[in-house]
Amino acid sequence: MNEIAPTAAAWHQTVLAALKANDVKLAVYVPDRVLTPLIKALHADAFFTTFAATREEEALGIITGAWMGGLRGAVLMQTSGFATIPNALASLVLPSQIPALIFVSERGTLGEFNLGQAMVCRTMRPVLQSLGVEHHTITRQDELAFIVDRSIKQAVMTQAPVVFILSPLLTGGKVFAA
Amino acid sequence: MNAAMKTGTIGAHNVKVMNRYELTKRLVAQLVDDEAVVAGIGNTNFDLWASGQRPLNFYMLGSMGLAIPIALGTAIAQPQRHVVALEGDGSLLMQLGSLATVAAQAPKNLTIVIWDNGLYQITGSQPTASASTADLVAIARASGIAKSAWAADEEEFERLFAVALAEGGPTLIAARIDGKPGVATTDRDPAQIRARFMQGLGVKR
Repeated sequence: MNEIAPTAAAWHQTVLAALKANDVKLAVYVPDRVLTPLIKALHADAFFTTFAATREEEALGIITGAWMGGLRGAVLMQTSGFATIPNALASLVLPSQIPALIFVSERGTLGEFNLGQAMVCRTMRPVLQSLGVEHHTITRQDELAFIVDRSIKQAVMTQAPVVFILSPLLTGGKVFAA
Repeated sequence: MNAAMKTGTIGAHNVKVMNRYELTKRLVAQLVDDEAVVAGIGNTNFDLWASGQRPLNFYMLGSMGLAIPIALGTAIAQPQRHVVALEGDGSLLMQLGSLATVAAQAPKNLTIVIWDNGLYQITGSQPTASASTADLVAIARASGIAKSAWAADEEEFERLFAVALAEGGPTLIAARIDGKPGVATTDRDPAQIRARFMQGLGVKR
């Protein structure tokens, strides 16, 4: 094959396109280095209302209110932020049947330099498992669009949250030069 | 014990100690245009429930501190509808950052009402920081919500609320209240509360 392969879309472009295709117009985040290109792209696109919340559970509250008002929303955070939201999931999102779309930039694995991130990362999947929350760890760009698009549709149709764990294998993760 | 503790809450100088249920009834009576009301955990939503159930009320049963964020989200989703958040002092102290977020987004259609009795009432009436040292209206102003005020008495509460509905905000109105418990208990069915609220908002059939 001598043809030049088309340039693959960056992961953040794929996520943004999937949100747009599913009419998810609200994006509330607590900042994260790895998520920065997605956050920048969301801010730059007038289709989205994008802003920072001061805490991750606050962001979940905001998109819960927005969903009830007819506006679909996603929240963006990193692994340590996820560790602050089990109460909001267990006492608001799950019993109220809110299709919260939760994107977590995975810290704590595959080259983590911060011990605290490595330890809190180990709590994330067991918490999701025990709450019965649908979650996917996304490692490959060629699976990203399918997983995000189908899972948003499932969340809305089943009135249940979904968590997208964006692996360093997909995003490159955050690295410190040794 | 300092002077502020003796009088109930700090910051609210020369204001009357009122009653949450009485003020809630007055607030609901002033609603004229399909406003939505989001009430925080505990006695705040118990007294909203007792004031007469309406589909446009959301009674938040868990997730202490998230009534203001939920109201903000609904206000963003439906900019033509006024949304009112009712929250207690202890709950607000748990999520003070939400005031900064509200100020930064500056939704004109959002009014926040704080019932301040200086107590974590439902857990055994332990004192909150607003009983002695934290002035919730000063915190709201410093967070960027310029239209923040203590209501001196019932009449001023009604006047401040009428102005908030008519002129737009975001607005925060705080009232010193007594330690009486809520007068009824909300039916604990979150899925039904959510579905009715969405029907009231015209989102769900």
